[in-house]
Amino acid sequence: MRRISQYVALLAYMVFLAFPLVWLLSTSLKTPQEMAGLDPTWIPAEPTLANFADAFGEQDLVGAGARSLVVALASALLTVTVALPASYALARYRGTLKQVALGWVLVSQVFPFILIIIPLFMVLRQLNLTNTLVGLVVVHVTFTLPFALWMLQGYVRSVPRELEEAAAVDGAGRMRAIVSVVAPLLAPGVVATLLFSFISSWNEFLFALVVLKDPDVMTLPLTLVRFTGPEGVSRLGPLAAASLMATIPSLIFFAIIQRRLRSGLMAGAVKG
Amino acid sequence: MTATATKPAPPARNARGAGGPRRNREMWVLMLPALVPVLLFSVGPLLYGIGLAFTDAESGKNHVTGFVGLENFGDLLADDTFWASMRVGLIWAVTVTVLQFLASLGLALLLNQKLWLTGLARVLTVVPWAMPPVVIGLMWRLVYHPDAGIVNSTLGTDINWLADFTWALPAVIVMGVWSGMPQTTIVLLAGLQTIPKELYEAGEMDGAGTWRKFWSITLPQLRPIIVTITSLDFVWNVNQFSLVYVLTQGGPGGQTRLPMLFAYEEAFRYGFFGYAAALGVSIVIVVLALLGVYLWRQLREAS
Repeated sequence: MRRISQYVALLAYMVFLAFPLVWLLSTSLKTPQEMAGLDPTWIPAEPTLANFADAFGEQDLVGAGARSLVVALASALLTVTVALPASYALARYRGTLKQVALGWVLVSQVFPFILIIIPLFMVLRQLNLTNTLVGLVVVHVTFTLPFALWMLQGYVRSVPRELEEAAAVDGAGRMRAIVSVVAPLLAPGVVATLLFSFISSWNEFLFALVVLKDPDVMTLPLTLVRFTGPEGVSRLGPLAAASLMATIPSLIFFAIIQRRLRSGLMAGAVKG
Repeated sequence: MTATATKPAPPARNARGAGGPRRNREMWVLMLPALVPVLLFSVGPLLYGIGLAFTDAESGKNHVTGFVGLENFGDLLADDTFWASMRVGLIWAVTVTVLQFLASLGLALLLNQKLWLTGLARVLTVVPWAMPPVVIGLMWRLVYHPDAGIVNSTLGTDINWLADFTWALPAVIVMGVWSGMPQTTIVLLAGLQTIPKELYEAGEMDGAGTWRKFWSITLPQLRPIIVTITSLDFVWNVNQFSLVYVLTQGGPGGQTRLPMLFAYEEAFRYGFFGYAAALGVSIVIVVLALLGVYLWRQLREAS
């Protein structure tokens, strides 16, 4: 009896979690004629892939996807390059500076974006970097950096200090020990942080909305929103199709790192 | 290798003392390339942003910014739109945080059981986390669409959910709960898995039933994690923008205009940078005050 009620509850959860996703998929497979009809159904009457092709015609999805890719790659590489040395220092040394830096990571979560984006926008405008992808990369690095630092210093801490010191005893300098001993062990953590930063940038909407105004430089999330507007029902199919396609890279990368992200989140949650 | 060889001298425990100047210098060499961007792009803008709250900064290029003291805050207090937006923001943040927590706790408890299907349920649980917020917003637009949406055709209603004064906010809240469940569930599940089995065994020996074990063992053991994740969720929800912007743009008639949407409009539609910054500072103050009371009460009850 108890088992049965548990299954009923679990099923209810699964329905709640899955139904919007199923509806998105279903809408993406419907013909315009079916969309215009009354009484929409879960299963498309004549499933079609035409929406996926149409989506490319409606908006510059390929260009937007390419720009998103460039921005996300650049942001991820830059974030990790900047965060890696600092995270090593944070993990290995003790002192007030470390406390301040880690405290900052937590505090920065509380502040609303508006307090950061207005000054950044003013600076970018001074430098003539608004409406450019370079400007957006700068903003994305800023916004991913605290969490990347947090993740990476956790990975550094999981590399036993003894290994480094043994290398130092064997005559390697500290830098040498870092490069030849720590770096290989840290590689999976670095990859996870890279992927996390990539997803953050790929998914990011608000800063892109502020920085990019010209349709020619817009990233994928902005382009997707342009699908809406005074919407005719016939455009919903391509919109659903484009949304699905935009989600694929995030889902794949997320699947790779989710186990690591969980432990990172846990570390943050328990200590926070 | 020789872990023992290093034992006698645990160095670097204290950067200043044992490390010596050389080690300190290395630390600075490592920290600097990282600290400079953090200071430049994170700490700097934030301080600058807080400073702007006390000025009449505007978007216009020729505008000369001057210090105005607390004027922006006075204007905010007299602005009905601000109060309406704060009201909507608090309803949204509190409701979503509470519902997220209750729903996620239930789900985490189920996932912690050895049930068939939990593998699939876990995958489903995590998916919203990976999705771009824009896609989540667009997806729920399709769900709520008055003609082509599934909600009306399932319930047999004829409501334009996102344009209805009564239903827009509840509809947005449902989406908020859906999109925030992954993090909360995963953290709670991980917390459940750290509770020692012996506690439950001891409870059973004393004849405690399921409810009794839940109230006397599970909840107290989870407490620190519950406090942390609900605090984080609350902060994230107060600062929410993208999901709601895509779903309703704050409409109808400001019924879903969260504080961040209000701030965005003030800053980037009307160009009132100083005013929007003051709004940001006010929100920080409100959030810190509420969190302070919440954490203080939790601490007091725990001890």
